[in-house]
Formats: sequence, structure tokens, C-alpha cells
Amino acid sequence: MLSFIVRRLLQTLPIVLAVAALIFVMFSVIPGTFASSMSDDGRSVLDAEVMARMNKEFGLDDPVYVRFGKYVADLATFDLGTSFRTRQPVAQVIADRLWPTAQLAFASMLFAIVVGVPLGFIAALRPGSWVDTISMIGAVSGLSLPKFWLGLMLMYLFALVLGWLPSFGYGGGDPRYLILPSIALGVAPLALLARTTRAAVLEIMNADFVRTARSKGMSEGKVVRWHLTRNALVIILTTIGLQFGTVIGQAVVIEKLFSWPGLGSLLVDSVTLRDIPVVQGSILVIVLLFLLINMLVDVLCAIIDPRIKYT
Amino acid sequence: MNGQPLLEVENLRIDLAAGDTRFAAVQDVSFTINRGETMGLVGESGCGKSITALALIGLLRHPLMIGGGTIRFDGREIQKLPASEMRGLRGNRIAMIFQEPMTALNPLSPVGRQIAEMFVLHKGASWREAENLAVEALASVRVPAPERRVKDYPHQLSGGMRQRVMIAIALACGPDLLLADEPTTALDVTVQAEILDLIRELSAAKGTAVLMISHDLGLIANMCRRVGVMYAGKLVEERAAEDVFRSPSHPYTGGLVASLPLLGARARHGRQRLREISGVVPPVSAFPKGCRFNPRCHASTDRCRAEDPVVTALPDGGFVRCHYHE
Amino acid sequence: MKFRANLVIGGVLFASVVIAGIFAPWLAHTDPVMDANLMYAEEAPGGEFWFGTDAQGRDIYSRVLHGARISLTVGIVSQLINTVIGVCLGLSAGYWGGWWDDCVNGLTNMMLAIPSLIFALAIMAILNPGLTSLLIALGLTNWSFTCRLARASALSLKSQGYVQAAKVLGYGDIRIMLTQLLPNMLGPIIVIGTLGMGGAVLAEAALSFLGLGIRPPYPSWGSMLSDARDQITTAPWISIFPGLAIFVTVLGLNLLGDGLRDILDPQARTRRA
Repeated sequence: MLSFIVRRLLQTLPIVLAVAALIFVMFSVIPGTFASSMSDDGRSVLDAEVMARMNKEFGLDDPVYVRFGKYVADLATFDLGTSFRTRQPVAQVIADRLWPTAQLAFASMLFAIVVGVPLGFIAALRPGSWVDTISMIGAVSGLSLPKFWLGLMLMYLFALVLGWLPSFGYGGGDPRYLILPSIALGVAPLALLARTTRAAVLEIMNADFVRTARSKGMSEGKVVRWHLTRNALVIILTTIGLQFGTVIGQAVVIEKLFSWPGLGSLLVDSVTLRDIPVVQGSILVIVLLFLLINMLVDVLCAIIDPRIKYT
Repeated sequence: MNGQPLLEVENLRIDLAAGDTRFAAVQDVSFTINRGETMGLVGESGCGKSITALALIGLLRHPLMIGGGTIRFDGREIQKLPASEMRGLRGNRIAMIFQEPMTALNPLSPVGRQIAEMFVLHKGASWREAENLAVEALASVRVPAPERRVKDYPHQLSGGMRQRVMIAIALACGPDLLLADEPTTALDVTVQAEILDLIRELSAAKGTAVLMISHDLGLIANMCRRVGVMYAGKLVEERAAEDVFRSPSHPYTGGLVASLPLLGARARHGRQRLREISGVVPPVSAFPKGCRFNPRCHASTDRCRAEDPVVTALPDGGFVRCHYHE
Repeated sequence: MKFRANLVIGGVLFASVVIAGIFAPWLAHTDPVMDANLMYAEEAPGGEFWFGTDAQGRDIYSRVLHGARISLTVGIVSQLINTVIGVCLGLSAGYWGGWWDDCVNGLTNMMLAIPSLIFALAIMAILNPGLTSLLIALGLTNWSFTCRLARASALSLKSQGYVQAAKVLGYGDIRIMLTQLLPNMLGPIIVIGTLGMGGAVLAEAALSFLGLGIRPPYPSWGSMLSDARDQITTAPWISIFPGLAIFVTVLGLNLLGDGLRDILDPQARTRRA
């Protein structure tokens, strides 16, 4: 198992490096210097002297390859640079935002899993029934909803009209503030999980070994408990892992809508303010989070499915 | 024991539903199996052997269903049994071995556990007792080091070993009837004989009747006293194994026998060349009018193309379904 | 029976959005950008303003109709770019193999590691907001699934007899790829493309909502919603109708994609008993 984890880590490393390089190239080679890109949007016109000073301060006068070398060397020591705006270390800025985003991502995935997986199961066990039809219509609708609009509607209904829940903000960690954003963010993965679970269960239901189980004289309930669940779990877990990426990505919009102080709103704000080191750092951390979760999922799958370790 | 046969199948019909229409995938199939007897069912793939076996154990699933006839096991009509009682028979008194042991075993469950399930389901054993019984069961199918092998997953075993596990599962509760659906087709030639010996020996020891299904007439002749030949969903001939070989009555059986690569047998009968059957089994939706074999039959006449032949009893106790049986 | 319902409902929904977009100038009651009139600000839906008016007194019905043009343009064009990139890379990687395949594989793995909305956001950060930038940002960030599919089909198809025969006949590589391989993988690619179009419409709306896509006053559904947030208590209709328009468009595309999958990509069809 340990060698499996190490091997997975080694496979992930080049991806992380490639992403780091890509981000670096995007923000430092294409649009010229950082300082000039800061003035590009016309909101602030920097005079030549300020620009020269900034370029010097952030080491932007060096040739590209020197800067890239420095950038990678800094990354290796978890130094993500200094924010243009606040002059704080980017790593610190991001660390402050990590917990709210983690809360939001996990809460919405939890919601998606707790509702979506059983729904897919029930639908698959009664294909063609009204439960199946309604949940699958619901699933395709859930996938088609714009998340921020759903959030806006939820906010309007439950916060403003009914007054049951706070409308936005972090509320210092009050879990009631977490409910609406997690639902808005969790509906799409919920729908996808319900569909994937249904497809997986239907497929396994037709597998040869399920026929064997029935030929043993097993009741359908035992077939599901003894033979179906474990096999479906591998597919469901993989979907959950991949959906985490989507959730972290979409969190950008939901965090902005609900004024949630997470990584996503930090990223959007930094993009608007052209605080490039923070943008680079946030994207890198988001990618790392996503890869980490998928590695975790792979390890879980390897525990459940003994075949994975050997292939 | 009483003289009543263990299994009586009468006019079995299996329907395939396709939209609003139903096709009879299997029709007019009747045979009996006595206690401890081994019967063979032979025919090309797609002729309805496997689904007949699935019908016997009550495992037909949509779009297949029993469309008529009766299946009587130990005097009781199994279609009329409540689901819970049918589950009590399945595995316990009627067991089945499938063709492909890799997919027929759950890849994520240790083989010992998959055997142990039988004892938990039918013998009221606790999981601990059942695991111990599973080791014994694995030993009885001659798997070496069974106490270690029970912890293995199917992918860690060879094809032959997996099929031994399937046999251990099927025979765990000492069933009265074993349905063996092409049990050696997916295995290496060298392993096939071992598996067949194992089935023959264990079923004889436990007094289990066997319905052996195969496309391989040679294998069937080796294993079984009686042979039923199926073509396009119908039994076309049923006789003692040696009679089928010596003097096949139905042209289809004749073709199967002739295509056997047994040099000695052919020489003895003075045949000059291998006569194979041309063409393939028609799909269920396109069974021909008249005798279903007529498009491929070397001796078909207008009567064969118009009129479906009925069963004729033969003096040796078998029967044939042909207008022109010898 | 059921899968045809997918196709019909999805087709009707999507077709009506397309019609609305094409005929927007004739169907609209007012000019979507210019006709601001503070006299009629935040009018509720009713006789004259079917969907009500926004804070500047613009007719939301007319703006939603014009929004369809932007959404459809972005959805169709960016997905076309994605499909072309994905097919070119995947097809050539699967067919040629070797170092090129390794390169494409590495690139695909990298793309899959970056959530596509984040990637599009990053591209929008270095370009100026606007339609062209959106097309680039969304067109470059969602080709990995098409690429994987094209690569897998090319791998399995290239050993087929008729492809080998074409090789023996001396057909060029490009010609074999375009005439022998591409037609045989078109079905699943169309399915992915249709579903991807829905994703692109959602992404455009999200980016415009964040102020990084289409900028006001142009009537993109996303930017309309961005404006509407502040009036949600006083004039909820400003939020409701643009959102419904996005929902209907994406639902139509998703249903259409599901329906097409049943027909064009039977292997992927989940069995319906």
C-alpha cells in the first residue's frame, strides 16, 4: 500500500510542475511585465518612476528564465511570493482563506453524497418506476441550473422572504451561514452522483457475479448488501473525487455571491485587482487540493478493490 | 428413494419480449432427469441451452420469461413456488456452474467468503463456522493450501482454480441437481479434463444429478448417459449417448457427430470426409417456417419447409423430431 | 420511448432559444442597451413589460432575447474550438503514438488537474473582458474529454482491417485520419460537444456574473444577474428571468446530449430495463 501511495505521489509531481510552469508562463511571459499589466486595465495609470520601482522590488527586471528559476525554487520552500496589494506573503493570505473554502467544499459534497447516492441507488433498483423517472428528471435539471442563480433564488426565498437563514457572509463560522451556499454548490454534484450511481448499480445488477449470487439463493436485499454496494462504491468514489475539482472551481462563483471569505473570492478579487502573485498562488493551491483529494480517492479505491494495487 | 424423477420438464416455452412482440426462444422442450443421473444438453451457441438452464433455477430475467409448460422439481412445480421457497431451493438443492469463472465470481470479495455465503444462507451457520466450512469445501475440490487460498481474490487465482471455486460453491450444500453451463469452455484444454473429472467424481459421491450443457458433443458423450440435442430452441433428438454416436437420427445430430474430430470413430464408420453443417443458427426473431433446421439441412424437402415435424418415439427409448428419421 | 422524450424536449427547448436569438431584433420590444428610461425603473412584469424592467428601466424581455445571441455565440463557437483542438490532438496522438502521444497525454492530464472554470478565469485575467476573450478562454479550457475520447477511438480503430488496407494503398496519414478514423468516432464526439456547449453557456454566465466576461451594459444573462443581485429584495424578477433563460438553454442542451448519446453512442448507454 505504501509503495502504491509513493507511486501515485511520483505520478502527480510532474502534473504539479507542469501546472506551475503554465501559470508562470501565462502571467509573466504573455502580457509583458507585472507592473505594466497592472496599469493595463486603465483603472490606475502608473508613472514611469513607480513602475521602475515596482519592477525592481518584485524582481521583474530579471530575464524570464532567471525569474522562473527563482519561482520554482521559492515554490519548493512553499514561498508563493508577496502580494502586490497587501505586501503580505501570499502563502499567508491563502492560508487564511483555506479553512472557509474547505468547509464549503466539504459541506456541499456531503450534501451531494448523502442525497445523491441513495437517490441513484433507489432509482436503479426500480428502473422505470416513478421514483426513477422523477429523480432522473431532477438530476438533469440540477445539472442545468446555473449555480449562482440557484444561490440567488435560495437567498431570496429562505433568507429574504422567509427569513429562516442568514442571507450571506461567513458569520464567524456559524454553521447556519454554511447551509445556503453549500446547497447551491452541492446541487450539481448531487445530480451527477445520482446519475453515476444509478448507471453503476444498473451495470453491476447485470454482471455475471450478481447472477451467481442469485443462483446461490440470495434475496435481492442480500445481493445488494453483500455484492453490489462494494462494487458500486469504487465508481461512486471516483466520481466524488472528480466532482471535488468542479466544486472547488465553482466555489469561486458561490463564494462571491454569498460574500464567503474563501479561496474563490480571494481569487476573483485578486484577478480584478491584478494582484498576480495571489492569483498564481490561489490557482496553484486549488490544483494541489484537487490532486490531493483525488489521490486520497485512489488510495481508498485501492483498499476496496484489490485488483488496483497490481495493475 | 421413490421412483419419481427428480426433474420433469414438460413443454417448456421461454419467451423473449422485444417491444410488444414475444418470440419463443425455447419451445416444446420436455425431458426428465432421475436422481443421480447425468444428462447432457448439446447444440451450437444461441440454440437455447443456457436459458433453459436458467429457467430451471428460476433466474430468467427480463426480457426473457417462462411462456408456458411446467418444470417439476422433486414433484413440485417450481413456477408456483413463492419467491422465498424458491430461494431455499436455489443453491441449496439446485445449483449452477457458469461458463466464465472470472466474471461469475465477485472480483472484490475473497473466494472463501463467497463459498461461506452458501453455509450462511442455507445451513444457518455463523460466518465463523462458514469460513471454516469454506476451507473444507475448497479442500474437497482439491485446491492446494485451502486455508491460505480462502483469503485470495478471484484475480489471484488461475482459470482452473477459479472454476474449482465455482464448483465448491455449487456443491457446498450437497444439491440434488447441478446445472453445469459450459463449465470448461473458458479453460485451457489441459485443465478441462481435470475439471470434468472433478464434477463427475463429486457429483457421484454426493448423489447429485447433473445437467451438463455444452456445444461439445465429445465432452457430453464422455460425461453423460443420456443426451438431448437442441436446435433453435427445440429439442430435436434425445437418446442414450452411445446410440446418438452410433446412429444419429436427426440430420443436425448427424452433422454434429460428423464434425467431431475423432479420427478413430470416423474410420470405424467408414466415412470419407468431414461433413460440417453449413450456415449458423438463425436468430430468435427469424426462425424459419416448418422444420427449424430446414435451411441448413442437406436432405430438406418441401414438406420440411412447410410443416413443423412432431416428436417420434424411437425403439431404443429415445425420440427424434424429423419427418424423415431413419 | 423514454429516450426519444429526451431528444424531443431537448430539441424543442434548444430550438426555441436559437429562434429567440436569431429573431431577437424583431421579437424584442425595445433596444436592449439604449432604451434605458429611469421613469420606468423596476416595473413589475405586466402588460407593457412582459418580464418587468431593471433598475435603469430597460425592458428585461428584450434584454433576455438579446442575451440568447451572446450565450449561443459563446456556447457554439467556444465548443467548436474545443472540439477542433480535442480531435486534432487526440486523433493524431492515438494514431501516431510515440513521443507525440506522451506529450498530448501529459497536456491532457495537466488540463484535467485544473478546474476548467478556474482556468478560464485565469485566461480572462490576462485578457481584456469581452466576447473575443471569452471565446478564447472557454475554447481553450474544455477540450480534454474530447481529446481523450478521440485518442482512445483512434487507438482502437487504427488496427482495424480497413485502416490497415488504406495504409497499404498508400494513403497519407492525414487522409487516413480524416477519411477513415474521424467518421467512425463522430457520434460520441457530437454527444460530448452538445453537453460541452451547455457547460460553456454556464461558464460564460458565471464569468460575466463575476464581471470578467461580458461587461454591462451588454445584455449577457450572467451580467444581467450580476446587476440584479442588489435589487433582489425590491425587484426579484430582474433575477428570475435571465436565470430561467440560462436554465432552459442548458437543460435543452443536456437533454439533447443525453438523447443523442442513446442513439449515437450505444456503448455508453446506461441500460434501461
